[in-house]
Amino acid sequence: MPPTSPGVTGEMILFIIFGAAAIATALVMVLQTNPVRSALFLVLNLFCVAVLYLLLNAWFLAAVQVLVYTGAIMVLFLFVIMLLNLGTPDREADRLRPQQPIAVLSGLVLALIIGGVVLSPLPNPSPTLRDDRLGTVEAIGRNLFDPAQPWLFPFEVTSILLLIAVIGSVVLAKRRL
Amino acid sequence: MDAIFGSEIWKQLFVYSVTDPAHHIEVWAHVVRSLLRIGIGLGFILTIVPGLIWLERRLLSWMQGRLGPNRVGWQGLAQPIADGIKLFFKEDIIPTNVDRSLYILAPGVALAPVLMSVAVLPWNGSPDWGAVAPGLNIGILFLLAIASIEVYGVILAGWSSNNKYSLLGGLRASSQVISYELGMGLSIIAVLLMTGTLATQSIVGEQGIIGDPINIGNTAYTVYPHSLNSGFWHWHFLAFFPFGLVAAVVYLISMVAETNRARLALREADTEVEAGFHTEYSSMKFAMFFMGEYANMLIVSAIAITLFFGGWLAPWGALSQIPASAGAYLPAWLINTLNMAVIAPFWFGIKLFLLICFFIWLRATLPRLRYDMLMKFGWKGILPIGLVNVVLIALSMALQQSFGRLRGHLMAVAVGLGICFVLFVIKMATYRKRRLDTETTTISPIRREPAALPVPARRTREV
Amino acid sequence: MPDQSTAVQAAQTATPLLHTYIPVLVLAILAVGLAAVMTILSWVLGPKKPTPQKLATYESGVVPIGSARERFPVKFYLIAMLFIIFDIETVFLYPWAVNYRHSGGLMIFNLVEMAVFVAILFVGYIYVWRKGAFEWD
Repeated sequence: MPPTSPGVTGEMILFIIFGAAAIATALVMVLQTNPVRSALFLVLNLFCVAVLYLLLNAWFLAAVQVLVYTGAIMVLFLFVIMLLNLGTPDREADRLRPQQPIAVLSGLVLALIIGGVVLSPLPNPSPTLRDDRLGTVEAIGRNLFDPAQPWLFPFEVTSILLLIAVIGSVVLAKRRL
Repeated sequence: MDAIFGSEIWKQLFVYSVTDPAHHIEVWAHVVRSLLRIGIGLGFILTIVPGLIWLERRLLSWMQGRLGPNRVGWQGLAQPIADGIKLFFKEDIIPTNVDRSLYILAPGVALAPVLMSVAVLPWNGSPDWGAVAPGLNIGILFLLAIASIEVYGVILAGWSSNNKYSLLGGLRASSQVISYELGMGLSIIAVLLMTGTLATQSIVGEQGIIGDPINIGNTAYTVYPHSLNSGFWHWHFLAFFPFGLVAAVVYLISMVAETNRARLALREADTEVEAGFHTEYSSMKFAMFFMGEYANMLIVSAIAITLFFGGWLAPWGALSQIPASAGAYLPAWLINTLNMAVIAPFWFGIKLFLLICFFIWLRATLPRLRYDMLMKFGWKGILPIGLVNVVLIALSMALQQSFGRLRGHLMAVAVGLGICFVLFVIKMATYRKRRLDTETTTISPIRREPAALPVPARRTREV
Repeated sequence: MPDQSTAVQAAQTATPLLHTYIPVLVLAILAVGLAAVMTILSWVLGPKKPTPQKLATYESGVVPIGSARERFPVKFYLIAMLFIIFDIETVFLYPWAVNYRHSGGLMIFNLVEMAVFVAILFVGYIYVWRKGAFEWD
């Protein structure tokens, strides 16, 4: 194993580039008035986050991030935006005005929570975070399907969650047909 | 001479292997190596795509009793290049009421991911030079992730064009692509079950091991499994006999749908939605969609070969390398280089050619499906078959562990046949019930003579 | 539990895994660059003689009525929704499938575990089928 040199590493540079890109795309996404473009900036944002996962050695998570979020969920978002023909945002602005104080309040609460998390010391900065092999598909599979680990029940319950989602989506769509 | 080949720079670039922990490869050497490999991969795609367009046009013409393009260059081989140059100099029309930025962006979004997905396709077994990114640990998942973002070009083009045909074509294409992605994913999972690894080179390597391709629980093989006793009977489409074949067929069907090739080419059903999502595109922007489509065809075929048809391996083990007796005349490095750089890519190319010809043949032979049939087939056919197939392969592996190879597998096959039988019985029952219903209906519709329409006198053609 | 193939592991321990992603990054930059160059070149090289007719929306020669940004059937939305759900299912299948072969004595356990997961989702699948969500009429 080559020693990881301290100071400016390639990972650091990539992190700065993609972290900045993630923030920038997120801001543009929020400030954009055209919903389709907003959704596309969210796609870019999710991409940047996937690269950040790679930098954290979370290989499987990065792949799944692209596969599920950009490949499936954002496609649905775009479909919905097109389906509802959300072209004119100026009419919406008036209706959303009463929400503004609540938005400011909840934004402050969120900032407090994030600040608290960021400023609090890490409980246990474990060295395994640097392990290359922790985030591979194989390792995740071994842990997820290991009877000695407590993940078996959550995994099975996930299927029920998905089942509910299936039924919900059909019921919603069929009512409108 | 020795100043070059003996130098540290040369060794960093070409001699040290990533599998050898004794030598650390510097980051700059990684970058230069990557650039060289990308040159090979991207160069391959960009040179083959025009050839592929030519091949399709000539082959289709041949099957339809025409000549096809045969004037520009030898046998018309330069025709796609001439077309490309022409398209660069055509007027780049941007219609007035399109969403300008997205309209310009869409062809790039369609093309770039396709070019990116060349990264993990292996053309030989070398851990240093076998693919653009040979050591990628998510391997085949990378391909799936890239395939899942290819749909954006279609959606963007369809929506931004502000044309009803484009929107409909884009919608159809995108829902078709996402529907068949499931079938693709499930057939890939079947292969993952057989190999137990995601790395594409290991998936190919697995198909070349001697003897026991389903040696459960123990997989120690070398990186170059060119064993003389292996052959096409170890490839995944024949593994777990009916199940591997089912997975391969599911993949092949999904891949035709993914690339919107004819037979399942609903996005460009000219009679229904004009040219689909790229109706409004002209000039090189249109050509980019076209290129993306053909490059994608190339790539999904290459994935199919990697997963099911032995990748770079020869159909018979002895053909996949220079015979050992040649070691007396040739230096070892030359034999190694020839094995890696000539023979392995040769077999890969042959398989790619045959598979692509198969798809052109498909286009020439079969008519297009109706859109509802296509979606129904994807969701009611491909998805459950793929899923049950995966479960059956897993069952077979578990039973083989307990009851021995042959008996365990036969038990799983019996389960599969049982499922088929039950489905057949249910289908027959509903069919008979429906027929009975129609036969016992007493109310018959009143026959009404069609009103006499003035039929224009038609001249009969003399034969 | 028997481990992964030794050759692959050797390849992975020799270099930090992140280095294997360098080619992907370079390839992404090149692919995007190529697409951009092609788009720009076609704009630069082509003649520009726009006429109102040329720039009009092409709908087979018929003058377009209204905007194309029509609402479209909820069917497509439903398909996208179902796709997400079954996509998540396959995402769970990947790590399971990769480890299944190496799971040794746990194989039957893993099989049952996944069979339960798939069976529960299959109930949803049959529900969707019976509800006629796959029919396009």
